[in-house]
Amino acid sequence: MKILVCISQVPDTTTKIAFTDNDTKFNEDKVQYIVNPYDEWYALVRALEIKETSGGNVSIITVGPASVDAIIRKALAIGADDAVRIDMNPSDAWSVAKTIADYAHGKGFDLILAGKETIDYNGSEVPGMLAALLNQPYIALASKLDIEGNAIRCEVEVDGGIYIMRTALPAVVSAAKGMAEARIPNMRGIMAARTKNIEVVSAVVQPLVGTKKFALPNPKSAVKLIDPENMDQLVELLHNEAKVI
Amino acid sequence: MAVLIVAETHQGKFKKASIEVMSYGARVAAALQTSATALVYGNADESELVKAGQCGVQNVLHVNQNFANFNPVQCLNVVLKAIEKTAADTVIFTHDYTGRSIAPQVAAKIEAGLISGAVSLPDTTSGFALRKNVFSGKAIADYSILSNKRVISLMPNSVQPEMGNGTAAVEAFSEGLDAGSSLSVERKAIEQKGGVPLTEADLVVSAGRGMKAPENWNVIEDLAAAIGAATACSRPVADIGWRPHHEHVGQTGIAIRPNLYIAVGISGAIQHLAGVNQSKVIVVINKDAEAPFFKAADYGVVGDAMEVVPKLAAAFRKFKAAQ
Ligand SMILES: Cc1cc2nc3c(=O)[nH]c(=O)nc-3n(C[C@H](O)[C@H](O)[C@H](O)COP(=O)(O)OP(=O)(O)OC[C@H]3O[C@@H](n4cnc5c(N)ncnc54)[C@H](O)[C@@H]3O)c2cc1C
Ligand SMILES: Nc1ncnc2c1ncn2[C@@H]1O[C@H](COP(=O)(O)O)[C@@H](O)[C@H]1O
Repeated sequence: MKILVCISQVPDTTTKIAFTDNDTKFNEDKVQYIVNPYDEWYALVRALEIKETSGGNVSIITVGPASVDAIIRKALAIGADDAVRIDMNPSDAWSVAKTIADYAHGKGFDLILAGKETIDYNGSEVPGMLAALLNQPYIALASKLDIEGNAIRCEVEVDGGIYIMRTALPAVVSAAKGMAEARIPNMRGIMAARTKNIEVVSAVVQPLVGTKKFALPNPKSAVKLIDPENMDQLVELLHNEAKVI
Repeated sequence: MAVLIVAETHQGKFKKASIEVMSYGARVAAALQTSATALVYGNADESELVKAGQCGVQNVLHVNQNFANFNPVQCLNVVLKAIEKTAADTVIFTHDYTGRSIAPQVAAKIEAGLISGAVSLPDTTSGFALRKNVFSGKAIADYSILSNKRVISLMPNSVQPEMGNGTAAVEAFSEGLDAGSSLSVERKAIEQKGGVPLTEADLVVSAGRGMKAPENWNVIEDLAAAIGAATACSRPVADIGWRPHHEHVGQTGIAIRPNLYIAVGISGAIQHLAGVNQSKVIVVINKDAEAPFFKAADYGVVGDAMEVVPKLAAAFRKFKAAQ
């Protein structure tokens, strides 16, 4: 089984968010970057588990400048076999999906795995676009993925139920919580990652979406504390002041 | 140039989010000086379909098929056929499972710029700009779509619907339904207490590790029942099996934006807030006055959950009875 896992770099979840260049750019000053949790904990680990039981190869791909090599090494340390970096600024989902599709086209990947969404720009966009560009079926937000011969069986949690989706391979799947358990790289993995190959490919794609401006939400006014003995007052406030009941 | 809106029905009725997206799409069409067509996916009779007209939509293409049989490959085909038929250059979804699955595929197929999870009407004064929340609600971004074609998915509960007394012409639509698919779907229902699905709920009562043990959830369920709310929980509580996984909200769980979110015995970690900080009003009940959640709350009660929650449920019941 030849598997391609799309990984992206995101700021650590505790990062303080700020902007520069007249609020048009995320301020990267002192920001710690990590592999997007959905990509690392679920998509990559599930790909490795599949390889461990049925053989094959796990490649990772990321679209970004040379500064993302650190998170590529982290993913290699967890166990990916090789890596591709498409040397381009990932300015919108379309340009990311298009360059990955152009790269993957004709290379015979049986399965492409991505994360449910990036935790910075919260798109949930890239994997669906990728599937459409490759003319492959797309299973979004799968919390379980099993191989059944030359097909896959996925479970997707939706309101009030679970979809069990089956499709022949090749296919694209985005991974949600539940698909696998996070792994911590061991010393051997970290050493091995140093010598694994990162292929660099150049690409140019015009984005279809541009950023105009970022802003921080209005700060919340201070909390109104209510006496625990006076729940009638809380109900009254929710009714008359907040008008939510 | 035309606007196509993808709407769904559930058990013969429009979902709340579908009413929102139809009204939204009709307003987008008005701003672009064009007409709006709703592709209504799911069973519905005439008396329900009139709501599309009331939302301001001019035409309805009705796919009269139970939406519980949703198949993403088939749905994509149907939407592409509807785009062809209406010559739509702006396609609008709800940012729910259907939207997350289908909108990016449609965008790539027609080479349209995509904004997923939009929370505003477009600003068309120069170009086509939309607002959405980024960094898990810690910031807001204004994006502009640079291409002539556009795909939008609208975040539920973000733009209030406006109802009028318009009418829409209804036409049955089945193009693309027969397209063979190598993908098959089976649906397993999971029992949900109270019957309010979390992502559609206006009112949510949520609890965390502060409840100490799963049997203590009876007070949470009773409070939820008192106001007709859905129940949710923090991640550790779902991980240790005290509550089902589909209740887990936050960065790695689901994101919700109800009108009222009552958080009981939840510390308010940043990853939890990421899933709930878009709620209109937040009430926090925690015995620790220093709990970080109070900083994100509108109303707070410092006290023991096992004492405060039953009192709050009683106060709600008294209020309801007096109405
Ligand atoms: C990458 C990442 C992603 C994550 N994603 C999520 C996510 O999606 N959702 C999520 O929820 N968490 C997530 N977490 C975990 C998160 O960081 C917190 O650990 C978690 O939210 C804490 O859950 P809690 O508030 O229920 O428990 P605790 O932090 O243990 O808090 C319990 C609270 O209950 C209060 N309490 C105790 N007893 C009582 C009582 N008798 N009455 C009233 N109050 C009481 C305490 O004062 C405390 O504030 C994530 C973590 C990471 C690192
Ligand atoms: N720059 C990128 N390079 C490679 N994969 C990416 C990139 N951005 C996003 N992805 C993949 O697409 C998924 C969804 O991202 P998004 O559509 O941006 O929310 C991520 O979880 C990754 O798997």
